[in-house]
Amino acid sequence: MNQANAARADAPMVEITGLNKWYGDFHVLRDIDLTVAQGERIVICGPSGSGKSTLIRCINHLEEHQEGRIVVNGLPMTRDVKRIEQIRRNVGMVFQHFNLFPHLSVLDNCCISQTWVQKKPRAEAERTAMEILERVQIADQARKYPGQLSGGQQQRVAIARALCMQPEVMLFDEPTSALDPEMIKEVLDVMVELAQDGMTMLCVTHEMGFAKTVADRVIFMDQGQIIEQAPPETFFNHPRSERTKLFLGQILGH
Amino acid sequence: MADTITTTEPEMVAERRPPDLRRGLLGWLHANLFNTPLNGVVTLITVTLLSMLLWPALQWAVFQADWLGDSREACSGEGACWVFISARFESIVYGFYPEAERWRVDLVFVLLAVLIAWLVIPRLPAKRWVGVFALVGFPVLAFFLLVGGSFGLTHVPTREWGGVMLTLTIATVGIVGSLPIGVVLALGRRSKMPLVRGFCVVFIEFWRGVPLITVLFMASVMLPLFVPTQVEFDKLLRALVGIMFFWSAYMAEVVRGGLQAIPSGQEEAAKAMGMGYWQRMGLIVLPQSLKLVIPGIVNTFIALFKDTSLVLIIGLFDLLAIIRAGLTDSNWLGFATEGYVFAALVFWVFCFGMSRYSQYIERRLHTGHRN
Repeated sequence: MNQANAARADAPMVEITGLNKWYGDFHVLRDIDLTVAQGERIVICGPSGSGKSTLIRCINHLEEHQEGRIVVNGLPMTRDVKRIEQIRRNVGMVFQHFNLFPHLSVLDNCCISQTWVQKKPRAEAERTAMEILERVQIADQARKYPGQLSGGQQQRVAIARALCMQPEVMLFDEPTSALDPEMIKEVLDVMVELAQDGMTMLCVTHEMGFAKTVADRVIFMDQGQIIEQAPPETFFNHPRSERTKLFLGQILGH
Repeated sequence: MADTITTTEPEMVAERRPPDLRRGLLGWLHANLFNTPLNGVVTLITVTLLSMLLWPALQWAVFQADWLGDSREACSGEGACWVFISARFESIVYGFYPEAERWRVDLVFVLLAVLIAWLVIPRLPAKRWVGVFALVGFPVLAFFLLVGGSFGLTHVPTREWGGVMLTLTIATVGIVGSLPIGVVLALGRRSKMPLVRGFCVVFIEFWRGVPLITVLFMASVMLPLFVPTQVEFDKLLRALVGIMFFWSAYMAEVVRGGLQAIPSGQEEAAKAMGMGYWQRMGLIVLPQSLKLVIPGIVNTFIALFKDTSLVLIIGLFDLLAIIRAGLTDSNWLGFATEGYVFAALVFWVFCFGMSRYSQYIERRLHTGHRN
């Protein structure tokens, strides 16, 4: 798979065209067009209910869309289970509530998909897992269970777990929203480091400091639409739309 | 009164051991049984009542009971006469299984005990292989040993089976069969495929909606009317299938409760890593939900175990039925109490054992201090 990707080094990592999605009659995503280049870091923000989580959950088909086309790493998304799973193996995801597997140790959380999905031998999986846990500075907790860790530690394990699959692109769905304030930094530090290593990232977050530091592009969504997108300096200093100004005023105003 | 506002940093309070709040036996008695005058009176009344009930029971069952002998002449008539049980012990255990062949039953008993012990004691190695053998190899082996008719063993028809041996056979087959079928039904009931879901719903609601006695009657009386006369289904086999399906419907609902308690984020995380349906269920969702519903599963096992005695109404001689049969023996008229108490005790020992083991397993599988 990776050889095929190498052949299209300049091809976009994620390409979304004309994406529409409804929950029942409720139109959550409206005519979304978004192209994410390889190595690009994108921060998506917007008021709650604006469809930003739904948008990134469509990229790995945790949500099914009704109209439009999604291509991830050269593979068009279809309804075929095999294709969906193929795309998911290339896409790592980090959730707001971590979603670690509480019945497995930290190490097993990181190994389970390597051994069962990638069919790696256990020893190799453990080696990869320990390297990555080392990278997020939590290798000393490898034998513990998620319930014994703090929120910040759990979220770093969740990032490590996603990285263990060696994904081409990482999706972050409000990764710091469920954390106590003093733990946000340790998670953001890991994400900044990941960005510096050249990982393609799409982050739904309200951490505007993070957006300013690492984002190549900030996207503002409201009512299921992309209202504005710009590099961080332009976005924060010269927002064009009134809704963006209002939103920024609300979250930066105090 | 407001606390004074301090400006200097307080000194670190040294870490201490928690205070010892134990107060010895008298302290415990006072705190738990005699802490108020009313509770003191209640305690005294309870103790009096208990001793009034327990003492005669003990007198009857132990102190004045007759233990030795081989006929009813050994019974003094003051207390219980356990000679009734010991004299009939062989038939209580083996039913009408031919005496010369009872070693086969013994062998199966020993194997079963060893396998259960092996799986239950955490220190013993190779759990996976022993487990596979217990679920696949052992039933086949037990079948050939008990039924016979091949490998030079004489055939023992199931109508000669009985007693504890029959009770354990039905319970084991029921337990081992109903859990996996129940799990599959529970998964099926949550399936997105309408045919699968529909089948599971109808199956579960049908078997849950009829009394077990009806199931057994249908299995023994009605089923033979529908199948061609050349095909002869064993009566025990029919009862076993009925019991297995009946309890798997209950099991399915217990397991479904556990499935619903697992947050959707768990399956999403597994999906996001590219796991397929069976991997998500087998590795992530089921281990968590089954752990959650251990009490419900064991509850069902216990109910199943006790309800095996219902097979007596279709003429199978389980533990209870064989004791009842013994009561009609003209040499042993009038020992119903001993018989029923003994039967109750045997059932209780097995059920209590399952209950304790499930509590132990719950503690052992508990991971993490929080959640």
